[in-house]
Amino acid sequence: MAAVKLIGSPISPFVLRTMIALSLKKVEYELLPEKLGEKSELLLKSNPVYKKIPVLIHHDRPICESAVIVEYIDQVWPESGYGAILPADAYHRALHRFWTFYVDDKLFPSLVAIGKAETEEAKAEAVEQFRAGLRLLEEAFVKLSEGKAFFGGDQVGFLDVMLGCFVVWIEAMEEVLSLELLEEATMPALHGWVVSFRAHEAVKEVMPESGKVVEFFKMIRAMRMKAAADATN
Amino acid sequence: MIFPSTAHGSSSVGTRDASRDLFPCIECLRRRRCVSDNLTRGGVPIEFFHISVLLRPHKSPPHEPHPQEATMAEAVVLLDVWVSPFGQRCRIALAEKGVAYEYKEEDLSNKSPMLLQANPVHKKIPVLIHDGKPVCESLVIVQYIDEVWSDGAPILPADPYARAQARFWGDFVDKKIYECGTRLWKLKGEALQEAKKEFIEILKVLEAELGDRKYFGGDAFGYVDIALVPFFAWFYTYETCGGFSVEAEAPKLVAWGKRCMERESVSQTLYDPLKVYEFVGFLKKKYGVE
Repeated sequence: MAAVKLIGSPISPFVLRTMIALSLKKVEYELLPEKLGEKSELLLKSNPVYKKIPVLIHHDRPICESAVIVEYIDQVWPESGYGAILPADAYHRALHRFWTFYVDDKLFPSLVAIGKAETEEAKAEAVEQFRAGLRLLEEAFVKLSEGKAFFGGDQVGFLDVMLGCFVVWIEAMEEVLSLELLEEATMPALHGWVVSFRAHEAVKEVMPESGKVVEFFKMIRAMRMKAAADATN
Repeated sequence: MIFPSTAHGSSSVGTRDASRDLFPCIECLRRRRCVSDNLTRGGVPIEFFHISVLLRPHKSPPHEPHPQEATMAEAVVLLDVWVSPFGQRCRIALAEKGVAYEYKEEDLSNKSPMLLQANPVHKKIPVLIHDGKPVCESLVIVQYIDEVWSDGAPILPADPYARAQARFWGDFVDKKIYECGTRLWKLKGEALQEAKKEFIEILKVLEAELGDRKYFGGDAFGYVDIALVPFFAWFYTYETCGGFSVEAEAPKLVAWGKRCMERESVSQTLYDPLKVYEFVGFLKKKYGVE
């Protein structure tokens, strides 16, 4: 019986976060995907509060919430694989955590709003909001990376993981909606960061194929549009 | 009636004015050097947040350092607003660790240049400024305080699993209490009933998690307690607006709150629930809530 199990699949950016962390640490685990539209007994038992993925189960004890899981992984396997994920000093840790709050509370909801927008106007507004958020992260990247490849400097760090999990979704939405979200012209540093992040061995191991994410996005969009059409009939 | 200006972003450390007139708190807030008598701000009606400053009940400044501590205190500054439960988390954490700091009361209707520079992304309090470096987001600040002043009693437990549980529940409090609580005083009718149902559910989840333990962390007062306890002073407001009794729905949680209030860090930080209720009364007027 595997000591480490992870409920979820990498199509979910929040599950992907935890998989990137486990990959960076070279920790072996059993992946337990959920069926779309159904929640397993194990999930309901392991995460009774939110009933959501990801859930890490370590020695039969569940840990929930992706940011909490990544910090847990970093603490339990401090030196494994590529080493520490959280920065060494307290101030940089605070900055990585601050920007993670920003990504989760502001940036991600604006990305979702783009996908859900029903009018061109709503879409344009959501796109502008998302881009504004990315521009803030561009500035943050320049400060935190200090000329190196990642938010964590030479190493992939906490904020790299917490933001990097959305890269494949941003690209999928750009393709399906014919938009440019991560504009190379206004966000050159982030553009460079995406290349470095995608090229990292530990990230390549777990990153879902772009084609799969595009198909999934098209599918949930079609489902949502059908549900909206059915509701108005 | 004329009101003192707080345009100077007053500090209350070591500058407590001895006078006790109608508004002793304002005297506390005034800097010794501040001679501003610009009391009506050009005849413009006083903004709501000025009123919030006036409503601030008299209390000792959150921390009055010994004069010799003054230079160390200047190295740690907290930008805050008296009633903010998020700011209170930071004050409690600093007090638990015995950290000397300078408290600066912000006027949110007239944010100081220091605040705008320290938190350009959100322009919100609380902000902890340590040796000139700003830290934002209350739970990020609490973790930072725990890590920097590591010789005091730990706020987060050392064991990774216990730590993960603490972070999970701190995040739960963050996501649920304030948002749902705000709906209790802002909304009416069906929306209010919905919020009431949700809020009671949140209380029951927290009650179940606490169980028969002294604190959320067990025997030691810690992260989840700090994240939640400022809202203990808001329970009266929530139950009055929502039409229910927190004690009836979650008696263990109320007992826990009273235990926390036995700690100086908490009792010196939280304000009287009636004062919070009064403050929310002004918020309701501002938002046009009947």
